[in-house]
Parts: sequence; C-alpha cells; structure tokens
Amino acid sequence: MKLNQYLPVLIMTLAAIGTAAGMILLTSIIGPKKKFDDKMEPFECGVSPIANPKSRFSVRFYIIAMLFILFDIEAVFLFPWAAVYRSLGMFGFAEMLVFIVVLGVGLGYIWKKGALEWE
Amino acid sequence: MPITIPPIDLLAVAPEIAVSGFACLLLMTAVFLKGKGGWVNACVALVGLAVAGWFALCQGAPRSAYSGMYAADGFTQFFKIIFLLGTGLVVLVSVKYNEEENMNNGEYYALLLFSTAGMMLMAAASDMMTLFLGLELLSISLYVLAGYARNRPGSNEAALKYFLLGGFAVGFLLYGMAMIYGATGHTDFAGIGREAARGADNRLYLVVGAVMLLTGLGFKVAAVPFHQWTPDVYEGAPIPVTAFMSAGPKAAVLAVMIRVYAQSVSFMHVDWLVWLSVLAVMTMTVGNVAALVQSDAKRMLAFSSISHAGYAMVGLAAATREAVASVAVYMLVYTLMNIAVFGILALVARKNEQRTKMRDFAGLARSNPVLAVSMTILVFSLAGIPPMAGFMAKFYVLMAAVKAGLYWLVLAAVLNSAVGIYYYLRFTVHMYMDEPEEKLPPVKASPALVVAIALSIIGVLLIGVVPSAYLEMAGRAVVSF
Amino acid sequence: MSVGHYLLLSAALFAVGVVGVVTRRNSIIVYMCIELMLNAVNLTFIAFARQLGDMGGQIFTFMVMTVAAAEAAVGLAIIISVFRNRLSVDVDDVNLLKG
Repeated sequence: MKLNQYLPVLIMTLAAIGTAAGMILLTSIIGPKKKFDDKMEPFECGVSPIANPKSRFSVRFYIIAMLFILFDIEAVFLFPWAAVYRSLGMFGFAEMLVFIVVLGVGLGYIWKKGALEWE
Repeated sequence: MPITIPPIDLLAVAPEIAVSGFACLLLMTAVFLKGKGGWVNACVALVGLAVAGWFALCQGAPRSAYSGMYAADGFTQFFKIIFLLGTGLVVLVSVKYNEEENMNNGEYYALLLFSTAGMMLMAAASDMMTLFLGLELLSISLYVLAGYARNRPGSNEAALKYFLLGGFAVGFLLYGMAMIYGATGHTDFAGIGREAARGADNRLYLVVGAVMLLTGLGFKVAAVPFHQWTPDVYEGAPIPVTAFMSAGPKAAVLAVMIRVYAQSVSFMHVDWLVWLSVLAVMTMTVGNVAALVQSDAKRMLAFSSISHAGYAMVGLAAATREAVASVAVYMLVYTLMNIAVFGILALVARKNEQRTKMRDFAGLARSNPVLAVSMTILVFSLAGIPPMAGFMAKFYVLMAAVKAGLYWLVLAAVLNSAVGIYYYLRFTVHMYMDEPEEKLPPVKASPALVVAIALSIIGVLLIGVVPSAYLEMAGRAVVSF
Repeated sequence: MSVGHYLLLSAALFAVGVVGVVTRRNSIIVYMCIELMLNAVNLTFIAFARQLGDMGGQIFTFMVMTVAAAEAAVGLAIIISVFRNRLSVDVDDVNLLKG
C-alpha cells in the first residue's frame, strides 16, 4: 500500500483541525468577556429553565425504543443471508420471504394496536 | 460456492407451524375484534391446538429432520400430545376467569400458543440451538403471561421476578452450552456424545458445561436449590397461568433432560446421574416440607409442584427405558390433575383472587357437592392414593427406580409421599368438616370449566384403572430412541 | 492472542455480570448485568468457533443476540409496568410476595 497517496488527506485533516482549533483559541483570547447571571444559565436565550433537564423521558420513548431494538436486531439475519444470496437461489429467497412475512405480522399488529402513534 | 440445503421436512414441524400460525391469527383477531369476543379467541385457540394435535398424531416414521437439529420420533410425539392437552385444558380454565378479570383478549391465547410451540420445540430438540430457541420461546411468553393481570401489583412483581431470575438462569445455561461446544466442537447432542466418548482432552470444559447446563434446566423445572422463584411467581401470576406454568414447562424440561441423557449418554455418564439423584431428593423433600406449612392454597400447590418434579426426577435418575416411559406417563397424569385443581381454585378464589387460602375451601361440600367430590378425586390423585392415576404413575416410576437399584432414592420418595398425603388431605378436611367464615353465594362452574374438570377426572380415573395401556404407549414412544 | 485470552476475558465479563445481578438493586441495572452475561457467552462462542474453524458457534451467537433483543423488549415492558404501579424499579421494593 502506498502511504504517500494519503498525504493530501492528512494535510486536509490537519488543516481542518487547525482551523477549528485556531478559531476557538483566537476568540477565547481576543474576545470580550462579561459574566452575568443570565449568561450562566444552561440555555442562554429565551425563558429561564423551570425543570431539571435530567427529568424522566416519556414512556413513549421506551416503547418506540423497544420496538426499534426488535426490528433492528432481527435484521441481523439479513446480513449473512445477503452474503450468500446468490448461492442460495430460489430457496433462500423463499425462506427469507417467510421470515419477513412473520416480522410483517408483528409490525401489522403493533401498527394496528397504535403503538406507533405518538399521541 | 455451492451450498447444500438440508431437506425441508414440513410434516415433522407441522404441529409447531400450526400452533404458531394460529397464534399469529389470534394476534390479528385481537386487533380487529378490539378486545371483544373472548369466546371466539378461546375457540380459535382450541381449533389451533386440535389441528396441531392431528398433525402430531400423523407425523409418520421416526426420523431426524433439519440436519439432525430436530427429532420427530415417538418420544417427541408423546410429549407434544401432553403439551397440547395441557394447553387445551388451560384454555378451558381461562375463559371464565379471564372474562371476570377483564383480560379475555386474543393476545393471552396467542401467548399460550407461542409458549406451547416453544415446549414442543424443546421436546423435539436434538441440538443445543433448537433447545435454546424452544426454551426462550417458552420463557419469554411465560414472562408476559405471569404479568398478564396488569393492574394487580402481585402479578407485576411475579413477572419481574420471573424475568430477572429466568434471564439469570438462561445466562448460565448458555455459558454451559458454550463450554460444551468448545470442548466437543458440536452443538448436536449426538455429536457431543460421540466426541465425549472418544475421551475429549478438554474434560474440564465438559464438566463445567454440564454443571451449568443442569443449573439452567434445574431452574426451569424448579428443582431445589434453584426453586426460590417458584412460590412467589406462582402466587403472583393469574391462576390459569399458574396452572399452565406448573404443568407443561416442567414436562418440557424433563423431556429435554431425558433426551440430553439418551442422546449423549457417555457425555454425562457417571456424574450426571448422581447429580440428578441428589437434586431429586432435595427437590422432593424441600417441596413437601415447605408445602406443609403453607396457608395459601396457591403457594401450597407451588411447593407441591416442586415436589412432583422431584418424583419425576427419580425416574430420570434411574435412566432405564422403563423409567423414562414411566416419567412420560407421570407428566401426562400430573398435567391432567394439576391443571384441573387450579381450575377449581380459580373458581373458589372468586373475583380478583381474593380467596386463595386453604380455609376458603370450607363448606364447599355443602354449597357445591359435585365440585367438592371432583376436588377430592383430584387431590387424592395428587397425593398418590389408589386407585387414582397419581398413585399408578408414582408407583411405576418407583418400580423402575427399584429395578435400577436406587433403593435410598425410592425410600426418600415413599417417605415424602406420606408427608404429601397430609397436606393434600387438608383440602378435603376443609371442604367437608369446616364451616365457612362468612356467607357467600355458592360458586358455580362455567361450562368450559366443567368440561376441563370432567376431562381431567375421566383421564385420572382411566389411567388409574388401566395404566398399563398408557405405559405401553409411552414405552413404544421411548423405544424409538 | 490465543483463544485462551478471549476465554479469560469472557469468563471475567460473565463473572462481572453474575456479581452485578447478585449485588445491584436497580432492576434495570440487574437486567443490564444479565445482558453482560449473555454477551460474555457470545464472545465464548465466537472464540471457540474461531479455534475450531466451525460455523456452529457463530450461528449460535446470532440466535443469542436476537433472542436477547426479544427478551430485552419484554423485560423493559415488564419493568415499565411495575414502575407504573409502584413508582419504583428497586428490586428491594418488590416484596409483596413473601411466604
């Protein structure tokens, strides 16, 4: 492997980091600094916060997350299947179709049940 | 790279497909009927079980399917029939109860069917992978079922306890499987047996794996010392679910233990049987002694189910063909009688399960004599009093153990049975001799429950009077090993 | 790196999981420890599969992963319903059922 063909990338990366770091450094050095109460709030503009930002998530997030985990992980079977798809032929296709249909029944169930509705 | 696809033997797995298919159907009816139509759901579930039973009966010659991961033999068939019968009885017991508790929806029956499919897969598993999938299908459905009475804190807690401890046990089970796989390079029981017989160089892995496997299975069958979850979960879960949990899953795990032993004998050879004997004695004794002091009928039946698993494990420890057949019959009888007892308890407990104490059975003989007689027959059978099936089943298991020379084990079992008679008869004493503390309208069984109880009693009497026919049937099933 | 290293690591992970299940009181953390045990098992399977040059262990890992996801979904649902009824996920508060 020729490393020197990656040299432009390296220069580019260094330049990007340098620019970003330099800007932050410069503003913190030469910018004016005035501290007052409102500025020290977690949210600088708008109304001052009335609740702890570490409050509980709505249970709806959990439901969506749970359903996401399920469908996401079941997709793990698709990867090995896709890797050998050609040598499996029609049989592999049919098998995966069955698998997807079963997942589809589950999806249909939660959809009809209203678990995907936010409100 | 060409891939050879193993032959697809749909007839072998037809019962599982039927049960799962009907479970999916129930999910759909649950959505479209929107919680209405409890009877429809129960009927769909029963039809599904019947179809699966029919497929199971005509599964054909014993064979191994899916490149040795699935065994479709007589043994599988016998246990599949037990599971389907048990689930059918639970469905019948559930209908009225669920209506009262407002949980008579399709999902309940769908979960029952899914866990039945899991049990059938376990009984047929001849590979650790199939075993694991079946076990998890069963367990995950049961976790939900245990918490099905969503508004009852007790039910919630039962689900949480069962889930956390069940997950813990599965961790051990899997680690054991990984060790066995590492030691032998096989996941199928036959391959493991072959490899171990050759004298594996990694004997340490094998022993550690076997111990952990037994721990995981022991948890599921509620063998002492892995039983602590049982009374709490059984007490908190809705009564029909408790009935379901106490019968089928135990039979499924015992079937797995039998198959692991039979297909990879040399793998476990010496130690496995000793461990099983020790477990059996502890399970019987602790279950019985703890049952003695319970005042809650649900809890008492939980401990009694622990002790019954202990009796069945005596047969396992004997490990002869005859003993295995008698264990199969024992599980059949136990399924019949235990589910019916829970059915009667569900009736006596009334709405919201407020009366599950033993003394709540007081006066039942006067208010509903037929029910009292049924209960008497069933608890006599559980206690093992002739001529009920419970006696014959226990008798055959113990005979097999005697023939195998396990005298001390048989002695322990007999002593335990004597203890058992005491607490089972407390039901009868309460029903016939005690006055109820308060006047309540007499309980009345729903038609479905009557059918369930009648079926169990007929079964219990029939097997009790002509046990040889069933034993022969089970014997034929075991011959296929 | 030999298989032994992987096995040691996975055994350590498994042990951490077991200790966590036994000692922690928050049911979500207990469940996370159970997941840790399962992932230790996955690592063991993969290590053995590599050593043996056998696909079985890898396939087993796929199964364990997917089943664990299903279990996680059910478990979280159970924990949520307990929380709704009792406003706590501490396992010490789960004490209604005692003999």
